[in-house]
Amino acid sequence: MDVMSSNHHTHPGPLTVGVLALQGDFREHREVLETMGHHVREIRKPEQLAEIDALIIPGGESTTIARLILSNGFQQPLREFCATGKPVWGTCAGAILLAKDVDNLDRPGIEVMDITVHRNAFGRQVDSFEADLDVRGIEDGPFRAVFIRAPLIREVRAPAEAICRLEDGTIVAAREGNLLATSFHPELTGDHRLHALFLTLGRTRAEATP
Amino acid sequence: MAEKGTWAVKVGLAQMLKGGVIMDVVTPEHAKIAEEAGACAVMALERVPSDIRKDGGVARMSDPEMIRGIIDAVTIPVMAKARIGHFVEADILEALGVDYVDESEVLTPADEAHHIDKHLFKVPFVCGCRNLGEALRRIGEGAAMIRTKGEAGTGDIVEAVRHMRTVQDEIRRLQTLSDDEIYAAAKDLQAPLELVKQVKREGRLPVVNFAAGGVATPADAALMMRLGADGVFVGSGIFKSENPALVAKAIVEATTHYMDNEVLARVSTGLGKAMPGISVSSLPEKELLAGRGW
Repeated sequence: MDVMSSNHHTHPGPLTVGVLALQGDFREHREVLETMGHHVREIRKPEQLAEIDALIIPGGESTTIARLILSNGFQQPLREFCATGKPVWGTCAGAILLAKDVDNLDRPGIEVMDITVHRNAFGRQVDSFEADLDVRGIEDGPFRAVFIRAPLIREVRAPAEAICRLEDGTIVAAREGNLLATSFHPELTGDHRLHALFLTLGRTRAEATP
Repeated sequence: MAEKGTWAVKVGLAQMLKGGVIMDVVTPEHAKIAEEAGACAVMALERVPSDIRKDGGVARMSDPEMIRGIIDAVTIPVMAKARIGHFVEADILEALGVDYVDESEVLTPADEAHHIDKHLFKVPFVCGCRNLGEALRRIGEGAAMIRTKGEAGTGDIVEAVRHMRTVQDEIRRLQTLSDDEIYAAAKDLQAPLELVKQVKREGRLPVVNFAAGGVATPADAALMMRLGADGVFVGSGIFKSENPALVAKAIVEATTHYMDNEVLARVSTGLGKAMPGISVSSLPEKELLAGRGW
């Protein structure tokens, strides 16, 4: 069991959470995490990954972030971070970058989750939308989800599992051990329940594979 | 139930563009170079501002065929410009599937009294400002993103700096006021009271604020980020330079690493000639674009 997991077991005290700050809405994630009482590091260099207990890859433009991941030598360090069992969450562009398979992205991302993601799946900006969704593991009512030129998760392969769908069955969130991917942006709505769930993922993994 | 065109999704797209570079492009080939370099969006227009400035005449919305060509060429968001007050150009851009409309002083204004009522659209709008009052008037009309006006097509950063510093200074000033002084402040700013109260409370604009108008080098982009910009627009600065692909990529890296002097030194090296540029102070008053709109 790693240090962070035992930390979770004893008390869910303040963690140091990294937000990949190459491009996108990293400040919004930062503000949510700070409101929850956690410490936040904006990550712009691979060596900064050593300082953090969990990582969020924010929304943004996936082509831009994919290029900056490569040009800044982040691809292998991010893969290694995902393999540590610490919680890693990709929102929107971040979800695209975590997927092993992506339609319509001209650069490799981090490629660690067993999901297939379709970029810009709902159309152009005028088709961006909000909806109330049920997310497995989230209690006390539906989650208000904001979708912005959003991707959908076309396929989820074990051990990854779908945890949220639209009314028509489209998968918009999935998890796989310590990894979480959402098509939408919980950092924009003031609802912290998914951020709280995310920070428990490492523990769940540690229990599953002691 | 799914709701489209809400304030959250309009403002949200601008939030996703933050820390990024939006590049002016005039052809699908330019758009591909911009995407390849890491632009987070492109602005489709017929002529870059420095050519508009040179050519004179009336500058209008671009040809829909050209905009479609750019939409088809890239997977990143595509913006396009409508003339100030020209709500039919905006209707057309929305129908084309443009992701953001720039109601822009770079084009010749169509209405000298009224900006577009941007609340009526599903597509979000970005508008230029020189100061806080102007920014809040545009937001009151429904703009979901703000940029400095700067002085487009000059390659001279001085006006963008002036406008960004003015906005930040006026925000700081509001925060020093007592609650009963806010009414007179709103009157002086000529801005909606509720928005003025919100800015005082939160200490920043209610929407994302990019720098635009004169950014020509990686150092210019980093300067604007350090002054508080959420991201940058680069117009003529890329495709009027000697090595557009190289300059574009360097400005993307500089916008991410705006606090990292080593990275800035590295990416600023070997870029060839920047766009020629015109000093704003040498321009006669009537040739300044930033005075358009109010």
